[in-house]
Amino acid sequence: MNLEEFIKAFAEEFDETPADIFKADTKYRQLKEWSSLTALSIISMVDDQFDKTITGADIRSTETIEDLFNIVQAK
Amino acid sequence: MYNPFSLEGRTILVTGASSGIGRGISIDCAKMGATVHLVARNEERLNETLSQMEGEGHIIHKVDLCSSDDIYNMIEVIPKLDGIILCAGIIKTMPVKNINEEAISEIFNTNIIGDIKLISRILRKRKLNHGCSVIFISSVSTFNVKVGNSLYSATKGAVNSFAKAMALEVSKQDIRVNCIQPGFVPSAILGCGAIEEDCFLKFYAERHPLGFGTPTDIANCCIYLLSDAARWVTGSIFTIDGGYTLQ
Repeated sequence: MNLEEFIKAFAEEFDETPADIFKADTKYRQLKEWSSLTALSIISMVDDQFDKTITGADIRSTETIEDLFNIVQAK
Repeated sequence: MYNPFSLEGRTILVTGASSGIGRGISIDCAKMGATVHLVARNEERLNETLSQMEGEGHIIHKVDLCSSDDIYNMIEVIPKLDGIILCAGIIKTMPVKNINEEAISEIFNTNIIGDIKLISRILRKRKLNHGCSVIFISSVSTFNVKVGNSLYSATKGAVNSFAKAMALEVSKQDIRVNCIQPGFVPSAILGCGAIEEDCFLKFYAERHPLGFGTPTDIANCCIYLLSDAARWVTGSIFTIDGGYTLQ
């Protein structure tokens, strides 16, 4: 998995936000659509597509998509 | 001394007996005089439960409730029962759009399909004594729903409906069937997945007027339902949640 693939998969978990909004430095938790439901979607997506388990605490410890990518990579 | 809740001389079977609510129920039913057959996948943890139990004659069965062979083999060797408590269960938290077939199979097999296979076969093999009490451990999540918990709620809703229909069918044999819907009882079921976190615990702590429950709070309801005191109780769903669903 590379950062680009991760950003694409990340963006696909959002229903309202246009895909081109998502960049490595996007502060995703500040997006209007962000909610506990999207957080659960991201956790499920990471489990499904990358076979890694991340937690809500991991998500809260990050600001950008790249931060989260680095956490997933380190798992 | 007058004690309508005694379980002396009763033989009961508990699934999910290796941890959490199932373990607590096994220990407390043994204290009330029951002989307990303990069912779960993990033999080591079943033995941990056994080591905490009073009395003699309790037996462990290493059984995977997702395996029909395991279930059927166990039923061949167990004696006739006076009570069954079905506690085995898992949680899978994911939004509806992230649900996959693997998750559906795993949670439905563990939380409801295994129970149905077990109960059906036990009835077929006539392993339930006259007056037997069957108890399903369901959940307040059948009506108090949370984001990401649709699969779990669906399995527990199925449990409630199954129990009611079964209660009607077996009433002629004086067999009683009831459900308990616990609120939040901290246990290992939460250890896997994204939900065991400080903010999660805080969220629930603030919403349980009587605080979190313990396995004994659920076990005491089981003892009542297993005993002669509940002779006239069947098809009922008991919410035991420290007031969680009041508001």
